[in-house]
Amino acid sequence: MDLLNINNLRIEFPSRHGTVIAVDDVTLTVQPGEVLGVVGESGAGKSTIGNAVIGLLEPPGEMTGGHVFLKEQGIDTLSPEAKRKIRGRKIGMIFQDPLTSLDPLQTIEQQLVETINLHLKLGEKKSQARAVDLLRQVGIPDPENRIKNYPHQFSGGMRQRVVIALALCAEPEVIIADEPTTALDVSIQAQILELMRRLCKDKKVGMLIITHDMGVIADITDRVAVMYRGKLVEEGTTAKILGNPDHPYTQSLISAVPRPDVRLKRFPMVNYIEAEGERKKLLDLSTHWLGKARDYKAVQGPFISLKNLVMTFVTKPALLKHNRVTFNAVDDVSFDINEGEVFGLVGESGSGKSTVARMICSLYRPAAGEVNFLGTDLTKIKSEKERDYYRRQMQMIFQDPFSSLNGRMRVMDIIAEPIRFHKLAGSNREVEQIVTDLLDHVGLGAQAAVRFPHEFSGGQRQRISIARALATRPRFLICDEPTSALDVSIQAQILNLLKDLQEELGLTMLFISHDLPVIRQMCDRVGVMKQGKLVEVSATEDLFENPKAAYTRELLDLMPRLDSLSLEGLEVENT
Amino acid sequence: MFSFIFKRLLQSVVVMLTVALIAFAMFRFVGDPINNMVGQDTSQADREALAEALGLNDPFIVQFGRFALNAAEGDFGFSYKYRQPVSKLILERLAATLELSFVAAVLTLAIGIPAGVYTALKSKGLLSKGIMTLSLVGVSLPTFLIGILLILLFGVILRWLPTFGRGEVVALGWWTTGFLTASGLKSLILPSITLALFQMTLIMRLVRAEMLEVMRTDFIKFARARGLPDRAVHFRHALKNTLVPVITITGLQLGSLIAFAIITESVFQWPGMGLLFIQAVADVDIPIMAAYLVLIAFFFVVINMIVDILYYAVDPRLRVDNA
Repeated sequence: MDLLNINNLRIEFPSRHGTVIAVDDVTLTVQPGEVLGVVGESGAGKSTIGNAVIGLLEPPGEMTGGHVFLKEQGIDTLSPEAKRKIRGRKIGMIFQDPLTSLDPLQTIEQQLVETINLHLKLGEKKSQARAVDLLRQVGIPDPENRIKNYPHQFSGGMRQRVVIALALCAEPEVIIADEPTTALDVSIQAQILELMRRLCKDKKVGMLIITHDMGVIADITDRVAVMYRGKLVEEGTTAKILGNPDHPYTQSLISAVPRPDVRLKRFPMVNYIEAEGERKKLLDLSTHWLGKARDYKAVQGPFISLKNLVMTFVTKPALLKHNRVTFNAVDDVSFDINEGEVFGLVGESGSGKSTVARMICSLYRPAAGEVNFLGTDLTKIKSEKERDYYRRQMQMIFQDPFSSLNGRMRVMDIIAEPIRFHKLAGSNREVEQIVTDLLDHVGLGAQAAVRFPHEFSGGQRQRISIARALATRPRFLICDEPTSALDVSIQAQILNLLKDLQEELGLTMLFISHDLPVIRQMCDRVGVMKQGKLVEVSATEDLFENPKAAYTRELLDLMPRLDSLSLEGLEVENT
Repeated sequence: MFSFIFKRLLQSVVVMLTVALIAFAMFRFVGDPINNMVGQDTSQADREALAEALGLNDPFIVQFGRFALNAAEGDFGFSYKYRQPVSKLILERLAATLELSFVAAVLTLAIGIPAGVYTALKSKGLLSKGIMTLSLVGVSLPTFLIGILLILLFGVILRWLPTFGRGEVVALGWWTTGFLTASGLKSLILPSITLALFQMTLIMRLVRAEMLEVMRTDFIKFARARGLPDRAVHFRHALKNTLVPVITITGLQLGSLIAFAIITESVFQWPGMGLLFIQAVADVDIPIMAAYLVLIAFFFVVINMIVDILYYAVDPRLRVDNA
């Protein structure tokens, strides 16, 4: 008897432009104590399945075919009231973002007791006891006192534990987890996955885990179902899907996953979802504006040299200096970047990586220390003109492709703005020609110039950001988590593009990421940051094969094991 | 918590001093105070004696200090027109205005919040759409027009309700109340509806917008996924979160209910501070105007202070110190 049986499920979203079939004839089963992973990229319909099972489809979505059975009882045909009684009692759900999943105005206790009492009718006293017990089970220290706290008094990982405790309140038989660790750091992710796996095995709960992250799949699931545009393309044991996938989409997805174990020259076959930008009309950089006039003076010494950088933020302002509470986001960081290399900066959230980047391009003013760029200390520059001279040579690519482009400007103007500002081209016609060429070069095509940013997907927008960064003919590019908001195949495309550009233009790059496998694919040397301090700087391969600092070893250990990933048809780079 | 209240108190004092300065400047520099007080035939010597007696020859800062200190004790001098202490005149009328504003505020909240919640939860229903359309009328029609229309309908055509004044009032010490007599209560109906209508629609639209916003958040989705019934989701989780931003606006709006009762009081000849103020403007009775200005500022400051403390009580995220 299957615990959960999703049979020929079909879900449609009627819209003005015709009906969208979000889920098309999907059949899945989950057994007690089993973890089934549903993997796919954005828009594949995987979250919609979870919502449909629990009876919370967002309107106007509706089930137009198939059934959902829980222990052979059809639950999709029940009355709304009966469905409500199943939610929480028989099927629990865990959402992605622990920071927004809890009511901020109620204590953890109020929320737990409310839910326990609703389903189990234990009465106030026993419910409280059970709430404390649940918190202990999910690993919250000192639960008797912590239970009186409000959600904002917990860290992200602790909040996700509270969310799990809430989902477990009435001992449900099935748990649906929708991207349960996407918003968390890798060390917290490992703990939460471990906790979920243990609870699942101990309590014989069936779990449906929805994710886009192959690392999570490899870590926790027994079986995997791969979704592509609403359809189930392949299903099998985790080892089989990761190691020897049959369907071409799964193969392309697996090949796009950044590997922690070896370094590849390029990501192959990554154009299944979004045709890889056609870079047909490659520019001849020896004659083109972009390649020309790159006659920067040769660098004496290191390209960039940071010396004892400190950045302080005031966390509690006060009139008197000694009453202020301050926090060193970056604490005594020194490293060099050589010309033409890709330098990686890795660390968990809040470790100060982005702050370092912002100090390099003078967005933040360091509290102490030097930022030497081409031998000049940027923190000492007084004249705006001189600062512009250096600023032109360094550009930034940001994480969020949605908020880093001005939605009210056409792509043409977005990319032309830096050219016009720095007066890098003569006539307006010349500027427009350069923008068109840049768009061709990053694989978007000239017709993109007249459109607005919202007409593009996340990956295409990131290409626009790259074109804009190239528009000042920089020699130094800072990429701050450039792909962490993107799907894995799009990420592979963007990383390929950055690699190509770096080679063609001889760019020097600072590449910031929390994702160690991405770092391994991209960087020549890596710095590891922890709580504002730099704990290690090594050549990439040394760092992965032979980590020196204890913290680096810890990070590497927490990295999801993807050993079973197929290596077929991949070109490994020898170093 | 205490340092927070202390800070807010300090800020309030600064605000009050600034308003007092403006009031005083009006007092001192709009027209010649002596001319305003004496007749045409007063001799130059008498005028100078009066100026000296009133302290008008003292330096500006001394005069302002005296004004502020007196104002703090509730002494705003004598009205030019009534020849009575301003504080006494205002006190007589304070009760009328506060009672009117109180009833209007209760109406605003008692109708505005439930209507906002209803239209948010049943946003597709026919009744919701009807309420939303009506609320546009409430926002767009000027107060005086609403007042006149109400008078026309209920006072002149139907002859159900009185159209002016407070009706019979009962004196409780210095406070006079219309709550205890039938005619007093009847008299309250039209003006309080007139005064409340705009605020009511504003609060309703605000609650609706906030509620719709909150209903889309993850914690509401998660509450549903735990099987909580609609009642608990809507009222225990959604409504409370909706009210956090609504409190601020409500506070400001209550202030303006008192301050902008002027128009309603004029239309209904309501014997409150607003009417007194309008007449004072017509008569250039500057002491009354100055007192009114300071008093209204004081109400605003006090209400804002209460709102800040309420905010603190409702939202645990602001209580960082206790964490």
